[in-house]
Amino acid sequence: MPRSRPDPVQVVKQRRDAALSALVHGVPYIQFLGIEFDRRGDELTAILPYDDKLIGNPMIPAIHGGVTAGFLETTAVIGLAWASLWDDIEAGRFDMEELTRGHLPRLPKTIDFTVDYLRSGLPRDAYARARVTRSGRRYASVQVEAWQDQRDQPFAQATGHFVMPARDE
Amino acid sequence: MQGDKSKFAEQFINLIPHCQALGMKLTGIGEGVAEMELPYSEQIVGDPETGVVHGGAVSALMDTCCGAAAMSHPSSPSGTATIDLRIDYMRAATPGQAIRTRAECYHITRSVAFVRATALDDDPNQPVATATGAFTVERR
Repeated sequence: MPRSRPDPVQVVKQRRDAALSALVHGVPYIQFLGIEFDRRGDELTAILPYDDKLIGNPMIPAIHGGVTAGFLETTAVIGLAWASLWDDIEAGRFDMEELTRGHLPRLPKTIDFTVDYLRSGLPRDAYARARVTRSGRRYASVQVEAWQDQRDQPFAQATGHFVMPARDE
Repeated sequence: MQGDKSKFAEQFINLIPHCQALGMKLTGIGEGVAEMELPYSEQIVGDPETGVVHGGAVSALMDTCCGAAAMSHPSSPSGTATIDLRIDYMRAATPGQAIRTRAECYHITRSVAFVRATALDDDPNQPVATATGAFTVERR
């Protein structure tokens, strides 16, 4: 059987970016915090642009611990959803029409989430990446790290457990 | 308790920009216990299909309330910062309902305050989430 030609690069990129954008921009809370995602291949970096409304302690000033937790949790959930949808996106099985109509794929549900606050979050942009350490049919474990100016000096790290959405088969 | 300290904590919390952005309110404080409320709003929805609030907003509420409880403990000289906070999500909060939380600083040493909290919506028998955390005890 002849091998089919791979899709042109623009088609591949458009498909990946559309799927990611739908995941991220469909959630009001992610918009409220202003989180965006940068994509290189399948690698995602979450970006939290600084905003005055993210401040927790106006005296220092420092980013609110709840914002840091929400940022890390968002990075974990989107990272996990992205990893589990990747094969479908690549195979073109992902239903783009459903997406554009605003029907998002079911997102993983957080069971528990633990944040370590390593240093105070400065009034600057923050970045985060998630690593899925276990991905089963029903449960998943994810680690996340967030940093600001220096990649090797994270200001927070987190670990969380999630229930995966049921796959209709 | 020391009325001045409660007053200070209340003013401090009401001035936090992120809490203002979420419309969060302190409803009680004193002797290592704090109570806060987060009104429901569209901007903090995490699941647009159901309207359920995002865990991050619940985290912000729990973190603030736990910090307030730590600060209000009679053995705490002043401010505090979160060392770690674990949140267990028991169930989705009912869309449209405010989330209320009560945090208690159940143990404090010279350097660490141990705090736990429970979050409820209108159903008082089934918690939405619980939290446990460690907070710094700032020296004066």
